[in-house]
Formats: sequence, structure tokens, C-alpha cells
Amino acid sequence: MKSKEIPTAALVLGVNVTDHDLTFRSLSEVLQNNITPYIALLEAKDCPGIKNLMQKLMGQLMNCYIDVDSSEDEDYVQVSHNRIRCSMTSLINWYEHVTKKPDSETPSKKRTSSSRHWQSPPVVVVFKDMESFSTKVLQDFIVISSQHIHELPLVLIFGIATSPMIIHSLLPHFVSSLLCIELFQSLSCKDHLSTIIDKLLLRASFPFKLGEKVLQVLINIFLYHDFSVQNFIKGFQLCIVEHFCSQPVSVLCCQLVDAKKRADSLSHDQCENIRKLPSFRRYVESQVSEKQIALLTVDTYLKEITQKLLEDLHVYHENYLSVLRCLHVFTSFLPKYPLGKQIRELYCACLENQVWETEEYESSLQLARMLNKSDLVTMLQQCVEIFVSSSGKEFDNTVEKLKEFLTQFQKLEEEAFQEQDVSVSSQKELQKKTDLYHLQKTLLELKESRRSKKLTKFEMLRFEVVDYIDSLVRNYLVPANHKTLHEIMYFNTASVLREHLNAAPRIALHTALNNPYRYLKNQALKSDEGSISNKAPDICIVYKLHLECGRLINLVDWLEAFSTVVMGAEGPNADAASSDQVDDIIHARFIRAVSELELLGFIKPSKQKTDHVARLTWGGC
Amino acid sequence: LAKKNKNKMGNLVEEYFEAHSSSKVLTSDRTLQKLRKRRLNQQTLHDLLKKAPLAYAAEIKELNQQHERLFSKWMLQLHLGFNIVLYGLGSKRDLLEKFRTSVLQESVHLVVNGYFPSITLRSILNSITEDVLNHIGTFRSPPDQLEFIIKKFKEDSSLELYVLIHNLDSQMLRGERSQQILAQLSSLPSIYLIASIDHINAPLLWDQAKLSLYNWLWYETTTFSPYVEETSYENSLLVQQSGSLALSSLTHVLRSLTLNARGIFRLLAQYQLKNKDNPSYAGLSFQDFYQQCREAFLVNSDLTLRAQLTEFRDHKLIRTKRGADGVEYLLIPVDDSTLADFLEKEDEDI
Repeated sequence: MKSKEIPTAALVLGVNVTDHDLTFRSLSEVLQNNITPYIALLEAKDCPGIKNLMQKLMGQLMNCYIDVDSSEDEDYVQVSHNRIRCSMTSLINWYEHVTKKPDSETPSKKRTSSSRHWQSPPVVVVFKDMESFSTKVLQDFIVISSQHIHELPLVLIFGIATSPMIIHSLLPHFVSSLLCIELFQSLSCKDHLSTIIDKLLLRASFPFKLGEKVLQVLINIFLYHDFSVQNFIKGFQLCIVEHFCSQPVSVLCCQLVDAKKRADSLSHDQCENIRKLPSFRRYVESQVSEKQIALLTVDTYLKEITQKLLEDLHVYHENYLSVLRCLHVFTSFLPKYPLGKQIRELYCACLENQVWETEEYESSLQLARMLNKSDLVTMLQQCVEIFVSSSGKEFDNTVEKLKEFLTQFQKLEEEAFQEQDVSVSSQKELQKKTDLYHLQKTLLELKESRRSKKLTKFEMLRFEVVDYIDSLVRNYLVPANHKTLHEIMYFNTASVLREHLNAAPRIALHTALNNPYRYLKNQALKSDEGSISNKAPDICIVYKLHLECGRLINLVDWLEAFSTVVMGAEGPNADAASSDQVDDIIHARFIRAVSELELLGFIKPSKQKTDHVARLTWGGC
Repeated sequence: LAKKNKNKMGNLVEEYFEAHSSSKVLTSDRTLQKLRKRRLNQQTLHDLLKKAPLAYAAEIKELNQQHERLFSKWMLQLHLGFNIVLYGLGSKRDLLEKFRTSVLQESVHLVVNGYFPSITLRSILNSITEDVLNHIGTFRSPPDQLEFIIKKFKEDSSLELYVLIHNLDSQMLRGERSQQILAQLSSLPSIYLIASIDHINAPLLWDQAKLSLYNWLWYETTTFSPYVEETSYENSLLVQQSGSLALSSLTHVLRSLTLNARGIFRLLAQYQLKNKDNPSYAGLSFQDFYQQCREAFLVNSDLTLRAQLTEFRDHKLIRTKRGADGVEYLLIPVDDSTLADFLEKEDEDI
């Protein structure tokens, strides 16, 4: 009985189905290189029935085989898989054929193949999306293949998006008992996000940067909507496209060496573009008047200054990131994480405005002043590592200083013995006296002494360290939009992202129907919130009237209401003679508007009552 | 803000239950029938609408010009692997058409009129394989055809195809399978898709997997232009559709029949109208009908009646239904109001 079990790996991959493709691709590559050439990846949409599944499976296996050693098996390519009868027996025959083949050939070849794969390599079948497979197909496949497990060593891999429980809810016991399941967890998508942010955004070598709002939007879409890394990257791509498309000075957004060259060869118009930047204007205003004139009129001087500013910006980034990581080391140790647990939260906070002015920063400094020594030492060590590995040149002093702190801490350890003695003696005093009155008295005394006691050396040092970190933060973590020429590298238009990635078609329809003035800038349409002028486009009037109804709408009443409104708008100039024709035109306009509403999905014809339509939305929208 | 949102949500929920609380519907019982106005047919409707001037033409033109400025950006983004989807109030047909004529003139492109009621996925795929890839031959199923297209496009990197789909959310393309295949098509790097949607619930069509295949960039293009083409196929409620056809064909066919045959039909129609309020009315059984016809001296034998009924059936004037007891019941598959109109007219004629 045991031998009938099929070895199965269940991969719990998380709900971000869009990223699974990459995972499976690299998985199959790894398997192909190390274990077996026979891998088939199946998707639910290709396998509505067991027949399609077998077809797909055989087609893939045979192609797989040809892929791996495509040298000489011409006779295999000849056999088009469409013509093979897709059954388990033909699969087994094929398998016997291919596994026997190395035996009959030269021994050298056999050795290579057996060194790479063992004698009868398993056939791996990957079900990419377990949840979407129909249960019948899965069950049949498992039952059939378990019958043939001796001739055909199958290994199944299930890609699971939800939880491993799904195996048992999809497969009845008699089927799942045929499987020998091993569970594997994949990395959570949050970790992927941190990696991406770390490798992509927190690197000085990559010149393009995201502004705070944009980053926040991207992270929000990730965390609140889809957990999809691919979508995050798509958003990032869109940012790059938009930045280089809309910002004329973005030509300078490249590596420092190239940027300097480009700055040198700027045309006059481009120089004007730089002069128009708000951050550059601020810079000009801060200069003395002769320099101001030179900056605003002489192109060559401007280029010179631009180069210098670009270099400044580059140095600023390098320093910024090191200090940011250092600050993160501190804040990630604190209880309750006032500045956030992940470095991305800290990064957002620092990008937004001057971080040292926020309440969270204040409270985290206060917490940092209460850290114990071992934590403090490990943190300092980490900081030293960060600064040593950073490419910025200004940190030699910093590293020195931090190392000095570390040696001082070591010294403190030696001195600590004496302090301990003191405390031990006071402890002993406490233990000696058992009298309640005396106990109270000594406790009070202790308290008094503690309050008035001078800070210990450790505490002094701790304050010094925290203050030093504070000064680092104040020096280096100036938000980017205080820097001159930051527009070159930072993309700040969050609304573009929200519009194009996270659109809300329903809201657009709602505003267009409720408030046509937003789009059609005609004074006649201007009206207060909620009401609508009777000169609005027909569909808006019809929509507004339909909002007043319940679940069903009587067409006749609706038509009459509409014609009253429209007649009111046309005024008394419609004379009685042509009223019949006017009536007809209004009727026609009403029909058009109603059928447009039907196309938009607000109403549908109803059989419940004659000449009624059912409303598909409710309330005011 | 959160609280306000919550309040709003609460209101929405309440409004839902308010709207759906009672099964009773409080609307007046007036019907279009009583409205002393002839029903319009498609042609007169079109003519009438031509007479009515389009309101705010200048503003609408300005809106369109705003959108047209985006064309070059769309092209750039299409080439970078994104696909474009347009949403917003108003027909986007003219806008896409403008895009096609002004930008795509030089390149291979395919226009899919999603609103066209007889469009099928197969016809879209066929036009790609036959006209773009010059492949003659048939495929067993759409997935096979798709596989072939994907293979061809991967082999030949010089192939490029722009696909414009008007109303991706229309009735015919709404199905899960067609969306899946269109999504897979659009994920090919050398196929550029630009589509428009109108239905309020259109985004419900796509799950995560399809969305990532489509790789949409959303663009709001509110145009306020009337949906002329899109609604011309919509069986609108107020336009005379099947009813008008049925009535005119009824009179037409019956004019060419003998007096007795007309009498037979009248008899059946009257009987059906008499029973229109009876929900369990299944039709007139053949035997009863024969009896009544005999009494009115309309037929003299079973055979003549049967022959007559066959003729009616060929013109789709009656339908037979077999009841639970195995007896054949006869019905006229025309709605009651049309039938009443018909009888009225007949009475006038006589």
C-alpha cells in the first residue's frame, strides 16, 4: 500500500498570484539542472478535463526532453504529440523508451547522464494554481497515476495560494491518502518588498529616486490591494517613464560622470529650464547679487555651478543613505517602534519633512536614552560596519568617533565592578534590617540618594552617544526637497500614479453624471452641489431623475418628468403649433438617454411589471 | 476622515437595504400603451435625434482635443509594454478612431467593434491569423489558435500589431474565456492593445492574473459624446423591436391567407387573449381547438386543420407545446398587447 503513494510537495506561495510565474520558472530551472529533465508545468486554464491535462502533460514532457538533450534524437522530433494517443500507457511506454536509451548507447554518455541524473529520474508535474483546478480532474489524475507509480516515478508539486488546508478540502480522503505530502513555505511578500526597496531605492548608485508621496502610493497599493511585487515594479516603471517624459531637466538624471558631461553640453533652452526650477530659484535668492546676475544670464557659469550642485547632490545621497541605515539600527531596537519597524517607514518619514521635528523622533530619542549597555554596544558596532562599508568619504571622523565610544564602553565594564560593590552593599543593608519602620526609612533614603545622585559614567556616555547620533541625523538627513536641483532626480507627481494604476471608473462616471461642469466648462452648467441645472446634458438629467426612484422605475413617469424638466429649460418659446414635433424629439432624446444608461449598467429591463426598468445601483450613486 | 468614510459606508449599506427591503414596488401602474403616442422605430428615432442639436458641442470638442494631446504619450507607453484602457462617460469610439487615423495609419492594426452583437472571439482570432499572419487553415479551438499566434509572434520579432477594442466589456466579449484569451494576447510584447470600457462594473471582469496579463494603464477620457453606434444594437426598451416586426409580419402573412385560415387564427388569438390573466394557461389543446373550429364552420376535418396549423408554424405564427398529459397545446408567441392591436385592426378591416 505504501508503495502506491506519490511524493508531493505543497508550496504555499501566498496570494500574489502574479508573481508565481517567476518562482515556478526558476524552480523548474533548478530542478532541471540538478535532478531531472522531465518537468511539466500545468495551469488550470489549460486543463478543463482529464484528457486536456494528459495532452498538455505529454506535449510538455516530450518537448522538455528534446530541449535538454537536443543533440541527436531526430526520431523524437518527428513524432508530433498531437498524433500520439494520450493515455497513461503511452506515457509509460515513452518513459521506458527514454530511460532505456542511455543504456544502449556509449558508456561515456551513460556516465554523464547518470552523473547528472540518477538512473530513472522522476517525472515532475507542477500544478501552478491548485485552487483553480477542478476537483474531478485532479482526483482522476492522482488516482490514475498512483496506479502506475512503479513504472512511472511521478513527483507532484502543488502551488497553493491560500493555505495547505485547501488540499484536504479539494481532495477527498481516499485520494489524499495516495499522496505523501511535504509542506514548503515561501518567503512572505513583505520580505520581497523590503528587498526591492533596499536594492532599488536605498542605493546611491541608482540615480532615479522616488518622492515621498509617490513611494507612499506605491507601498499602499502593495500593502492594501494586491501584495504583488510585479505590480510594484510596474508602478516603478511608470514613474520612470513619467519622469523622463514630463520633466525636461531629467536629462541630467544619470551617473555623476555622465551627468557632468551632459551638464557641460546643455543648450540655452535647457539652461533656461534649470533656471525655472523652484529649488534653483531658492538657491539663486540666497546668493549675493553679482552672483545672482551671473547665474541668471551667463550660461557657462550656470553650467559650472550645476556641475558643482550635482556633485553635492551625489555626496548628499551617499551620506544620506548611510545615516538612514544607522538611524534605522537605532529605531528598530526601540519598543513599540515609534519611527516604524521597517526601513521603508523610516525612509518615508525622512523624505517627507525634517524628521527631527516630528513627535515620533522625539519619543524615540527619549527611548534611546534608556537603552541598556549591551544593546547600545551592538548597535554601535553595526553602525560602524555601515559607515565602513559606505562609499561616502566624510565618515572617517564618524567611524573614529564611534570606535572611541566603543572603547569607552569597554573601559566602563572594568569600572563596573566597583559600582556593583556599592549596590551590593546597599542591598545587604536592606536585607539586614527587618524592622518595617527602618525598612521604609532606608528605602526613602535610597530613593532620595538616587534622585540626587550624579549620573553614572555609563549614563553620561549614553547621552553623549545619543546626542551624537542626533547631530548626525540633523546634518545628513535633510529632506530632499530642501536640496537644490532635487527635481532632476526625484519624481513627485503621485496623482499620475493614482490615476493610471489605481483608477476608479465608477467615480469618474458619477462625477460626470452628477456634476457635468467638471468637464464641460459652460457657465450654464454651474450649479450648487447636489442640484443639477435643467440645461445639463440629457443623460445627466435622466440620471438625476432616476436617483429619486426605488428599485423599479416606471418608464412613463420617468419620461414625463424628463419632458417637464427639458421643457422648462427650453422656455416658453416653443410655440403650440410645433409642440407635437417637440414632443417627439424629447421622446427620442429620452430614449437615447435611457438606452445609454442601460449600456452603462445603471438599469436593466425588468419583467416584473410592464414598462418598468430595474435599478441596479442604490442610494445616491 | 476614516470616521466620515465609515459613516458613508454605513449609509450606503442602509440605502441598499432600504431599496431592497420590501418586495412591494411602489410605482404607478401607467404603461406606455396608455400613453397616446406611437412607438418609434429605429429609423424615425435616428431621424428625430438628428433634428435635435447636440448640446455643448464646443465644450465637448475641447474635451476631445484635450484627450487627443495624449496620443503620442499613449504610443510611447504602448511600446514600453503597457496597454491602455479608456474609461469615463461618453462614447470613446470617435476618439479611438481619431487615434487610429492620425497615428496608426502606417502600421498594421486591427479594430474590434465589441458592441457589435455578433462579434465572436473566433472572428477576432481568425482575422489575426488570416489577415495579419497570412495563415490559411483552421484550428480546433481558440486556445490552439492562440498558441499558434503566440508562437508566430515570438518567432518573428518584426511583427507588430495594434489592436483597438471598442467596448471590451460588451455582452459578447464579457465571458471569462474570451477575456482570458484577450489578456494572453495582449501580454505579447509586440501586440499593443488599446481598449475602452463603459459599464460601471467592467473592472469586475478581471482577476489578479488577468490584470497582470493586461498590464493596464488607465486613462480617464470623459467625452460626453452620445453612444450612437453602441446603443443602436441595444434592444432598447422604448424602441419598437420584436413587437413591431411581429405585428407587421402577422398582418402580412394573414393577408395572403384564405378567409377561413384567418378565422382560425383569430379564434386562437381571441382564446389566448381571454386567458391572458390566467397564469396556468398553457395554450389551447388541439382537440378543443378542432371542436371550436368545426362549430364555427371553419374546417371540416382533422386533416385540414392540421395542414393549416403546419402553415402557421412555418411562418412562426404559432408554437406547439406538449403538456404534462402528452396533449399538444397551441400558443401564439406574440405578446398580448401586439395581439390585441392585431385583433383591433382586423375588426376595422372587416
